[in-house]
Amino acid sequence: MSEVLVQPPAEKKPLLGKKERKLLTDPLSDNNPVTIQVLGICSSLAVTTQMKPTMVMAISVTAVVALSNWVISLMRNAIPSRIRIIVQLTVVSVLVILVDQMLKAYMYDVSKQLSVFVGLIITNCIVMGRLEAYAMGNKPYPSLLDGLGNGFGYGVVILTVAFFRELFGSGKVFGFKVIPDAIYEAGYVNNGLMMIPAGALFVVACYIWIQRSFAKHLEEKE
Amino acid sequence: MSSKGNSGTIVFALLVTTLSAALLAAAATILKPAQDENVLKEKQQNILSLVGLNGANDYKKFEELVQGVVIDEQGSPIKGLEAISLDLASEKKLKTKNPSYKVRYPLYIYKDKEGKVTYLLQMAGVGLWGPVWGYLALDQDGNTVKSAIFDHKGETPGLGAEINTDGFEKQFNNKKVLNDQGQFVSIKVEKGKHDASMPHAVDAISGGTITSNGVSKMLEEDIAFYLKYIQQNSNNKAL
Repeated sequence: MSEVLVQPPAEKKPLLGKKERKLLTDPLSDNNPVTIQVLGICSSLAVTTQMKPTMVMAISVTAVVALSNWVISLMRNAIPSRIRIIVQLTVVSVLVILVDQMLKAYMYDVSKQLSVFVGLIITNCIVMGRLEAYAMGNKPYPSLLDGLGNGFGYGVVILTVAFFRELFGSGKVFGFKVIPDAIYEAGYVNNGLMMIPAGALFVVACYIWIQRSFAKHLEEKE
Repeated sequence: MSSKGNSGTIVFALLVTTLSAALLAAAATILKPAQDENVLKEKQQNILSLVGLNGANDYKKFEELVQGVVIDEQGSPIKGLEAISLDLASEKKLKTKNPSYKVRYPLYIYKDKEGKVTYLLQMAGVGLWGPVWGYLALDQDGNTVKSAIFDHKGETPGLGAEINTDGFEKQFNNKKVLNDQGQFVSIKVEKGKHDASMPHAVDAISGGTITSNGVSKMLEEDIAFYLKYIQQNSNNKAL
């Protein structure tokens, strides 16, 4: 690849320096793709009724973002700029189809629950957003980390949302019953709102509210 | 590689697409057996669960436990066809495309230790967003429903998707598909009018009207089909 020829051999750097760590941790809070950049909202509303499929979705998205970031970054100097979006799309689609096929072969139950949403990772704005914003202009290794970080950031949010939706919507956590039958007998009922996508909107909104009340520096100054 | 000029662009595009295609073709070929096995396993587990065989490994003994028959429109068995490999949904699709197509149905017969027969019917229909399907266990009398399970591809969670919950499925237990005169009346999935003692109706899902109607239609179409075979065969036995 061309950058190898152009640049002098880099000094030995630690595998996870300060800069690298920032790439991984920033998207978890201050630059979270879902709550701050408000990307990938669609799937966080759709798949978060239960924690188990949500977990698989988080891992799938992380794999796709990280790998597509890495592949695109490897090719970034060779991609003709006129067709760069379609090349990115091709790479993402290939990875998404691979993930989907793997799930169908080895995690059939979960793949059934996630149904179309695995395929829809292609349209997840986080993926294309990171490719355009980061991978096209950075080296492969930082791009891989950036992808991982953003995948984790997405995962943290959807898992949090799924936790509350599963708890209040079906009284379970990871499929295990946590609200005892005695409480149901006393008149408690599951919250139906949590089972529909609108419920996720409320949870995401509360998440953003709490996050912003802690991190004042995120507020835009008047 | 040049990133300028049309030829460079075309070469690059060709390269990327060819590589992607090769990778995907390889993955699909390698993973196909495992995927097919999952689909088959699920189908077998569904059918067996109707008669209470829920063990994790029961599906491995599927062939010994139940006998599969493929039946035609007159209700007579077709020889040389394996019931488990018949895709009912695509059979019905062929029928909608071409009304003269002769649909075939897969039927499974389970005999318990006392030799009592249970007919296990497979059904396929259409919900709101996509296919719905189900399995129904019919008693030896060809009238009483023992149990039923339903599933769907992408019905609305919390609404139509509720058809695969126990709450909906359990309603079917002990319902009758024939009226007192022995005529086929099916089981209707109806809203509001239901009460547990009604033999031919179950309560529909609120907010899932189109899915409920789809299930209703599926039951009516498919049970009628199987009854031809079941009635012929129980008559034969009486003779």
